[in-house]
Amino acid sequence: MAAASNGATAAPGSGAAALLWFIGRVVVVCVIGAALAGASILLTENLETYYFLVLIQCGIAAVLAVSLNLINGITGQFSIGHAGFYAVGAYVGTAWTMLWRPMLAKSAPFLEIGTLAGDALNLVIAMLLGSIAAAVTGVVVGTPSLRLRGDYLAILTLGFGEVIRVVLLNIDAVGGARGLAGIPTLVSTGGLAAFWVFSLLIAVALLTRNLMRSTRGLTWLAVREDEIASDAMGVDTTKVKVTAFVVGSASAGAAGVLYAHFFTGISPDIFGMDVSILITTMVVLAGTGSVTGAIIAGFALTALPEALRFLKDFKEYRMVFFSTALILMMLTRPQGILGHAELGFGSFARLWGRIRRRTRSAAA
Amino acid sequence: MNPLLDVRGVSRYFGGLAAVSNVSLQIGVGELVGLIGPNGAGKTTVFNLLTGVYAPTKGEIVFGGKSISGQRPFQVARRGIARTFQNIRLFKALSVLQNVQVAAALRARQSFASAVFQTPGQIRDDRRIRAECTSLLDRLDLMSHADSRADALPYGVQRRLEIARALATHPRLLLLAEPAAGMNPNEKSDLMQLIQRLQAEFELTVLLIEHDMRVVMGICERIYVLDYGEVIAEGTAQAIATDPKVIAAYLGTEDESSAGVSPATEAESSAGVSPATEDA
Repeated sequence: MAAASNGATAAPGSGAAALLWFIGRVVVVCVIGAALAGASILLTENLETYYFLVLIQCGIAAVLAVSLNLINGITGQFSIGHAGFYAVGAYVGTAWTMLWRPMLAKSAPFLEIGTLAGDALNLVIAMLLGSIAAAVTGVVVGTPSLRLRGDYLAILTLGFGEVIRVVLLNIDAVGGARGLAGIPTLVSTGGLAAFWVFSLLIAVALLTRNLMRSTRGLTWLAVREDEIASDAMGVDTTKVKVTAFVVGSASAGAAGVLYAHFFTGISPDIFGMDVSILITTMVVLAGTGSVTGAIIAGFALTALPEALRFLKDFKEYRMVFFSTALILMMLTRPQGILGHAELGFGSFARLWGRIRRRTRSAAA
Repeated sequence: MNPLLDVRGVSRYFGGLAAVSNVSLQIGVGELVGLIGPNGAGKTTVFNLLTGVYAPTKGEIVFGGKSISGQRPFQVARRGIARTFQNIRLFKALSVLQNVQVAAALRARQSFASAVFQTPGQIRDDRRIRAECTSLLDRLDLMSHADSRADALPYGVQRRLEIARALATHPRLLLLAEPAAGMNPNEKSDLMQLIQRLQAEFELTVLLIEHDMRVVMGICERIYVLDYGEVIAEGTAQAIATDPKVIAAYLGTEDESSAGVSPATEAESSAGVSPATEDA
């Protein structure tokens, strides 16, 4: 009897709670979005163009690192062809803006670009299409790769990245080796470039963090730790791995769309093997599995070669310094910048507590 | 009454080699059954067949009235068969609680989307699973280790965590692969008590592979003996200990007549068996 009445009161209660939760989420998203947009406009106006370009590149690199972290770091599938998914997103997004959109815009005038709303709408459509195309590619690559582990998977994904690049090189409709230039800069309209890039970064990072907090997310880590044991404990390892590939590559695809519509030009050599390796380096450097680590590594590895440009007289040694820095990093902190840990408000609070305790004990 | 697990004439070949041939086992609800045999007799292959790691070449495995032959391991686990591993396979970098949570995930009412958006239902579900896992850890005396990394635990505790993790799937049949391996006599006695307690508390049916005769003879109600992939004997501990075929399998058959003289004492002393009553 008591249970029945409990159930009766709980049902409408949880419905209202769900509505409240949803409204809360929408408000939070709007507030963060508005703050980001404001910051973005300010940055565009006040930051020197060079630094602004580096900032955007850092943001895109961080998205790539976080999304590959989902496949490599969290699920433990050593994939090193991430630039392939990035390329698919960039090309499909650009195909929308330059090829398909103009055709449709004749009958659907709201698809015209040039206004803030029109640019934003088309960018969102391009990002959706780019992500979906990359996700489909993720399934195509992820499914056969389920039979492979470790080195073999690495070779397969590396090969896949090259296949994508060579295919693009040979399609005349997308410019072949010249690539596509003069892409409308949908990202920069209204000074919102930083808004788009960092919204995507925050979205992907939050998505990963939330997943890792859930029981469902723990099964992903379990697949990394021991596939046979997770299988025996009822984890559908196939599903986990394919989902990781799909989500990871969709995010990389979205990053590709932003890249194309910010830098207004793409060609196959932008998505070469060196980019794949660089993204993999970011994930390894981050400490496999750490989301905040991946963001830091994305920024660091993009900004470092730029910061080393002051070596004007030793220009040719710039990358030597870069690789030396990486090697030193591997030697001194093989677990990565953050290891398995995450940087959050909690860790700042702990650090602050430690400093206070130390100063207090020093005073006493 | 139908047995919970009914293995009907199962064979498994690797190339031309029959690792297991024509094995039939019946395990009733609530039984604690042992599976023993000399090295290479096919015990682990039987476990792998039961848990879906291998599909049987011939024969059928029926669990709870339904055939499970040819199902994948995760499907078998969802049907209610959980196992531990002979060479401990914990999720090393995860905490003790997380290890158990992964196994409990098969009862989670959450999806990728609900996890990503942290919906209220998701948060409630996670809380429910965590509470469930915490109480399970409590019942297995693992609560003090809940937040330690699994690979930081002492060996005996890791074995206990393997059992806790298997129990978190809420199995009807628990397969224990050499749970006493590498344990000292005290730990073994504790383990025997633990297995019997869990069997009663969780209303479990248990199938146990074990080399340690003291453990097997001490707690198993019924024992199957495998040799060269075939079941050569089945019965109570006493019956098994005096079975000439079993003695021959363990000691060899250089002299048939001597095996018949004092089989019980010979088998016990050779296999390191002390009478079960001492520990109980």
